[in-house]
Amino acid sequence: MIRIISEIKKHLKFDKIVTHTILIFVSLLSVFPFIWLISTSLKGNSENIFAYPPTIIPTDFTWANYTGVWNKVDFIGYFVNSMIVAGGTVILNLILSAMAGYPLARMEFKGKKFAFFSVLATIMIPFQAIMLPVYLITLKLHLVDSVNNVAGFIGLIMPFAVSAFGIFLMRQAFLGIPKEMEEAAIVDGCNVWQLFWKVLIPMVKPSLAVLAIFTFIGSWGEFLWPSIVLTKESMYTLPVGVNNLQGMFSSNWRFIAAGSILSTIPILIFFLCMQRYFISGENDGAVKG
Amino acid sequence: MPYLFLLPAAAILIVFFFIPFFQTVYLSFFDYSSSIYVPSAIGLDNYIKLFHSPIFYKVMWNTFLYLLIAVPILAIFPLFIAILINQKIRGVTLYKILIYLPVIVSIVVAAIAFKWLYADQGILNYIVTKLGFEPIGWLTDPKWALISVVIVTIWKGIGYYMIIYLAALMSVPQELYEACDIDGAGFLRKHLTVTIPHIMPTIALVTTISAISAMKVFAEIYVMTKGGPLNSSKTIVYYIYERAFENLDLGFASAMAVVLLIVVMIFSLINIFCFERKKYDL
Repeated sequence: MIRIISEIKKHLKFDKIVTHTILIFVSLLSVFPFIWLISTSLKGNSENIFAYPPTIIPTDFTWANYTGVWNKVDFIGYFVNSMIVAGGTVILNLILSAMAGYPLARMEFKGKKFAFFSVLATIMIPFQAIMLPVYLITLKLHLVDSVNNVAGFIGLIMPFAVSAFGIFLMRQAFLGIPKEMEEAAIVDGCNVWQLFWKVLIPMVKPSLAVLAIFTFIGSWGEFLWPSIVLTKESMYTLPVGVNNLQGMFSSNWRFIAAGSILSTIPILIFFLCMQRYFISGENDGAVKG
Repeated sequence: MPYLFLLPAAAILIVFFFIPFFQTVYLSFFDYSSSIYVPSAIGLDNYIKLFHSPIFYKVMWNTFLYLLIAVPILAIFPLFIAILINQKIRGVTLYKILIYLPVIVSIVVAAIAFKWLYADQGILNYIVTKLGFEPIGWLTDPKWALISVVIVTIWKGIGYYMIIYLAALMSVPQELYEACDIDGAGFLRKHLTVTIPHIMPTIALVTTISAISAMKVFAEIYVMTKGGPLNSSKTIVYYIYERAFENLDLGFASAMAVVLLIVVMIFSLINIFCFERKKYDL
């Protein structure tokens, strides 16, 4: 008996058990709010969702809350709106950041320092502090959903169409390309425009991918700006739509829970497919605005 | 040619960053509270009103408390987790995915999930009563509302800062740890003498970025408490939002936005010039 215990001790070092215990505990804390939400969303009307002691596994298991909330709320619409806004934001960020990053990395021109520090300055200006004038300008430009849906989408996208983060990321990427590449292309008779699109852009694809993924996540979760500008329910993005569930179903927590979980599925799939970009640690400091 | 490349980005930054920046300052010198259509220039009156307003002090105090609670925890706890994960153990990827999950999920869903945990007869109060305490009015008791909201911000930030720390830990020379092992230094000694000094710049960086993002919290408060009860969970961005978009008191809201701008700029300057010089080649 004693021998067995000492054998086990050799294999499972005490340190490791402590480490795993702590990490399992923290992982559980991280997912528990979702598990509890899922649990609630699967409980039927005959089960008391406030029961003491609480039950994680539903006793009156049902999918009815999901079908119920699906039939009352236009999730497909919210999803499509979110896709349009996040997609548009990503495409514009890729193009504009790459275009602005290139001269800042590779060209000499008058006012380069000024341009550089102007971009740097925008890092220090939080959107939350300037949102009111941004809204007034968006109104003036008629980029709101009360004009028409297309204008509404443009208004949702434009304030986030480019970021200092993206410009600096792309600048860094262009700095990493050997100068000889460019010279060779110029000798071959490329003009700057062709050089940029045909030679350089393919070489910075990894950085573009990073920029695309983090911009997408940021735009997908954005809540403040759409909740300021949107007036029509048909234009709601997923976060605004989900927040609206609280008002629609006041205290029907089964429906609110089911709707919240439904709305999370797309981004969850996206995260699991792209997880190496997020957890590898190579792109640290990217998401937070 | 370089100007042509810069033009589209410059146009966006001018229209949606620089003009609004100056307009925020400009609007703060006008009074909109009597009429939204005919503002009157009042000089510094909005600022005077601001510094005589008890709610403003309450809101600033709340914002300060928010930072005071969130920042130390977000600077230390994720480092601890990162050190634990940064060992040769099984399941590292799974742990990382699970702990990172809150970062990826929409803040609105996170806030709703916590609102449900915080329900009067919810699961947290079940645990609290099981432990022999009185149930807590997590979101309804002025003593608790702010803490309850901060918890969500912390919970959602841990994975994000953990990844930043993991990247920093990779740069600590392994020989130093081996030397520690030979000297027989324990877990605590090893990390206090080797890890912490080596990644001090990262700790400082996490401190400033978590402070900046704690100052900008909005969604948690909007979804869970709307700043209540009795303004007990109202922080500066929520108050700006309320004044600007609900009370249409544009001048007063702008004066407050200027205060926010100044504070965030100070933090950002520290950040850029002390910890991120390399990133911007300054």
